[in-house]
Amino acid sequence: MRVGAAIDVAAPPELVWEFVTDPARYLHFMNGITRWEVTTEQDRGLGARYRTLMRVGSAEVGGLVEIVECDALRDLAWTSVTGIDQRGRWRLRERANGARTRVELRLQYGVAGSGIIGWLAEQVAAPAVRENLRRSLQELRRQAEHEQARAAAAARRAAARA
Amino acid sequence: MDTETASRPARNGHHAYGDPFAAPPRDRTQARATRADGADGDRDAENRRSAPSTLERLVGAIARGARGRVPAADLDERDPDFIRETLPGQWLLASLWFRGEVRGLGNVPEDGPVLLVGNHSGGNVPADSLVFTLAFSTYFGVERRFHQLAHNLVLSFPGLGFLRKYGLVAASPENAAEALRCGAAVLVYPGGDHEVHRPSWQAHTVNFAGRRGFVRLALEHDVPIVPVVAIGGQETALFLGRGEGVARLLMLDRLFRLKVLPLSIAVPWGLNVGDFLGHVPLPAKITVEVLPAIALREQFGPDPDVDEVYDHVITTMQETLDALASERRLPIIG
Repeated sequence: MRVGAAIDVAAPPELVWEFVTDPARYLHFMNGITRWEVTTEQDRGLGARYRTLMRVGSAEVGGLVEIVECDALRDLAWTSVTGIDQRGRWRLRERANGARTRVELRLQYGVAGSGIIGWLAEQVAAPAVRENLRRSLQELRRQAEHEQARAAAAARRAAARA
Repeated sequence: MDTETASRPARNGHHAYGDPFAAPPRDRTQARATRADGADGDRDAENRRSAPSTLERLVGAIARGARGRVPAADLDERDPDFIRETLPGQWLLASLWFRGEVRGLGNVPEDGPVLLVGNHSGGNVPADSLVFTLAFSTYFGVERRFHQLAHNLVLSFPGLGFLRKYGLVAASPENAAEALRCGAAVLVYPGGDHEVHRPSWQAHTVNFAGRRGFVRLALEHDVPIVPVVAIGGQETALFLGRGEGVARLLMLDRLFRLKVLPLSIAVPWGLNVGDFLGHVPLPAKITVEVLPAIALREQFGPDPDVDEVYDHVITTMQETLDALASERRLPIIG
């Protein structure tokens, strides 16, 4: 089952990239995520592993995931090592000459071998997962734009002082 | 049960009497002599040994047959792939039917052996087990060894053999010890059949029937106890009574290690005697709360008193159950 959500953020890709690559921020902006722990020495980039959990229905579902694609400022993808089968991807695309960013979050999940019951569970879970992604992007936009506004205000103050 | 079989554990590591974690009686005559007074008791026991009645021989034969159906405990029967593949079905049931909610799984140590001690509800279809085992498996991953101790009857009942793939083993000190030695998380319900069939009006009472074996087990293996408190399971049917007197009369204890013959009103049977075939549980909301781990020797000193630990566990769990009960507005709905 593949679900996704997209949103436009009034902040440059560099700032949004900082959000999506920093594991410490996930618990603050990802809705439904109850765990996003680094399990490797490197905390970000290709090969970094995280233990993740998302509350869906009566259980916290997830597992160990590994970053398998890291195209700076554009794409960040992960795949599951243990736990339920999942692939996730952040797609960042520059808009308005770098002033805005189109952010897309995709999540593909399932349990191989679970048959028709598994298919049914994926369908039932999809609205909750999609809602989690949608709210996560909204929160990401709120935080990123807030940070962008603060940085702009600080720059204005610095310019005025000068 | 004859003297020979009573003096050693069955091949599945199971004992026939009392607390599954208590030491087994040395033999039947000794057990009886202990209960009797002095020399009269000894003489009485001697007479019984010399002339077992036909009824006793018959009971012994049936009991041996029943025990023979309990599969030998083999921890390797747990199958993580099978568990993973059946998680979606469990999730559907737990989420849609029971609206399960499990809190505090972070209190379970991340790795290593641990004894999870739970209160048990719901008759022979304990929904709290389903909700908790699902949550445990998704939280820690099916790769983490996790065994649940179950009543003989569950393991020997035709058609329920697949439960062994989830890690179910017969409740006995040997099986629990083996699982803990393997570094597994072990889930035990000390109240067992006594607690699971309690009347509905005692739904919010933790009742382990004084069974302290789990404390001795945790001390012996120096593993932490993690209390697991569940509510809602006893609302899946209307439980009227345990029928302990009838069970004694029918010698179910000696035959199947069953101390109860419960009476309930349940779907689809209406009046349900014994609950042997299970029932369709009502969609009661199940809430489970996992409490902080109790490191026995850190908390109670180098040589903890079993009764003190038992009282502490019961009190802690009862307080949590009271708090969970106060959150519920209506039965079943939660």
